[in-house]
Amino acid sequence: MKALLEVKGVSRFFGGLAALTDVSFDVQKGEILGLIGPNGAGKTTLFNVVNGFYPPSRGDVVFNGKAISGLKPHKICGLGMARTFQVVKPLQRMSVLDNVIASAFLRARTRALAEEIAVETLRFTGLYEDRDFISKGLPLGKRKRLEIARALATRPELILFDESCAGLNPTELDHSIEIIRKIKEMGLTIMVIEHHMKVIMSISDRIVVLNYGEKIAEGTPGEIKSNPLVIEAYLGESQGA
Amino acid sequence: MKRILPPVILGLLAILPLLGLSSYWMHIFILVVMWSVIGMAWNLLGGYCGQVSFGHAAFFGVGAYTSGILYTKAGLSGWWGLPLSIVAVTVSAIVIGFICLRLRGPFFALGTLAMGVILRVTAENLRGFTEGDLGIMIRERTWTEKTWYFYIILGIAGLTYFIVRKVIESKLGYYFVAIREDQDAAESLGINTTLYKNIALCLSAVITGVAGAFYTNYMGYIDPKVVFALHDISIVTIMVVMVGGVATFWGPTVGAMIMVLLAELIRSIPKLGAAHHTFFGILLIVIIIFLPNGIVGDLPKLRRILRLGRTL
Repeated sequence: MKALLEVKGVSRFFGGLAALTDVSFDVQKGEILGLIGPNGAGKTTLFNVVNGFYPPSRGDVVFNGKAISGLKPHKICGLGMARTFQVVKPLQRMSVLDNVIASAFLRARTRALAEEIAVETLRFTGLYEDRDFISKGLPLGKRKRLEIARALATRPELILFDESCAGLNPTELDHSIEIIRKIKEMGLTIMVIEHHMKVIMSISDRIVVLNYGEKIAEGTPGEIKSNPLVIEAYLGESQGA
Repeated sequence: MKRILPPVILGLLAILPLLGLSSYWMHIFILVVMWSVIGMAWNLLGGYCGQVSFGHAAFFGVGAYTSGILYTKAGLSGWWGLPLSIVAVTVSAIVIGFICLRLRGPFFALGTLAMGVILRVTAENLRGFTEGDLGIMIRERTWTEKTWYFYIILGIAGLTYFIVRKVIESKLGYYFVAIREDQDAAESLGINTTLYKNIALCLSAVITGVAGAFYTNYMGYIDPKVVFALHDISIVTIMVVMVGGVATFWGPTVGAMIMVLLAELIRSIPKLGAAHHTFFGILLIVIIIFLPNGIVGDLPKLRRILRLGRTL
């Protein structure tokens, strides 16, 4: 196993606020790494640093053996890292198909080729029937899946899912888990932020836990479940009872 | 149907001069076609790429002055300005883009507005180069008839339509619209937003500049207050597109027709004529409220309103 993504001592400050402090971990090729933590723990900030929206204040991000800290998001995406957004950002006045074509152009030289990739991706994510809808009018579940489709169409090696399952009903949830599993089977590496404990425990190979911007635990779902620090972060300090 | 429409309309316009129209009407038609070129150019940047420029007079003026200065300083025919304005305008677009395209939304609009004003003041004061407020007069008119001017601007319009269509249907077009809809999402999809915004600006600026160079040759006289005008060029450009339909292929042409004809109509009304800017302002407010996508963009809505009017 070789680390696809290495996060080395990353800190990120906003003014005097430390959103991330000295966070280090690796993502191995082909695994699903879960990232959990209470609200405001710095999960999305970590994604934004990895994906290039913010340069790290300290530390380095290494992707495929190449230091990427400080590169623009489009460069990082070109190197093979895609992401979805927690607050979905569909290209609103474009149809579902056009949304995915726009991102497929990263690897496709012609329009026909881009459309081919887009159609294939839409079938994979189960959005093909909705391809002509303007994405503004899609229900949340489908918009979340559109985010996944768009990320996939850039043909990445690593995908960052930022709460792609939040706010879904049970049927949609199963569908999304199914898609994430299938993406793993295709040989892609996945990093996922998720609040839904059942989901994260069942799909992750390993889990990293953040609290107040610091990494407090790392391990298999079984180890994480019984880690006292994690329980404390989520449930509060025990009163000795 | 959609495929043959552009050549049909171009063909119909091409036989206009054969109808023996008066010189006044040819002038109106030349203005309509010229404004539709500028509108199509603005639409590329403002409509598709979502970067609303309030300073397109800057590019129009640079194009116009390229022609004028080639004539006064180099002794060349003003028509050399058409190809050479492409170079001059590209350079100015890159400079303006470098400064303004790092700004988003309203800040970009204000930045471009300032650029237009700066260029006007510069042209007024660089007397040795631009003749300042005296303006530049092209003393030898190429043709006394308007026919050939009409064919030249019609050719430019046809070419512009073709370029815009090709660009919008290609990867560039998808990238422009993606940037308009969400710049962060576009960036994370691997789109170099800075680069593509600059491409949109340069394309848009160059076409506007060519229209400016044509204007110098056609009118035979330019001065900074005319070609770098904020309301008579920059704002009218935006109105042409807003009235006709933002991000539509035919919107700028329809808008140009309405704006030019309306301007002439209102100016011809005794006493009220001087207030044509007021009428434009009212028209713009009405359009924004009732047809926010412009006449072409809201065509279905417009049809519904008209049908409703008939049944009442």
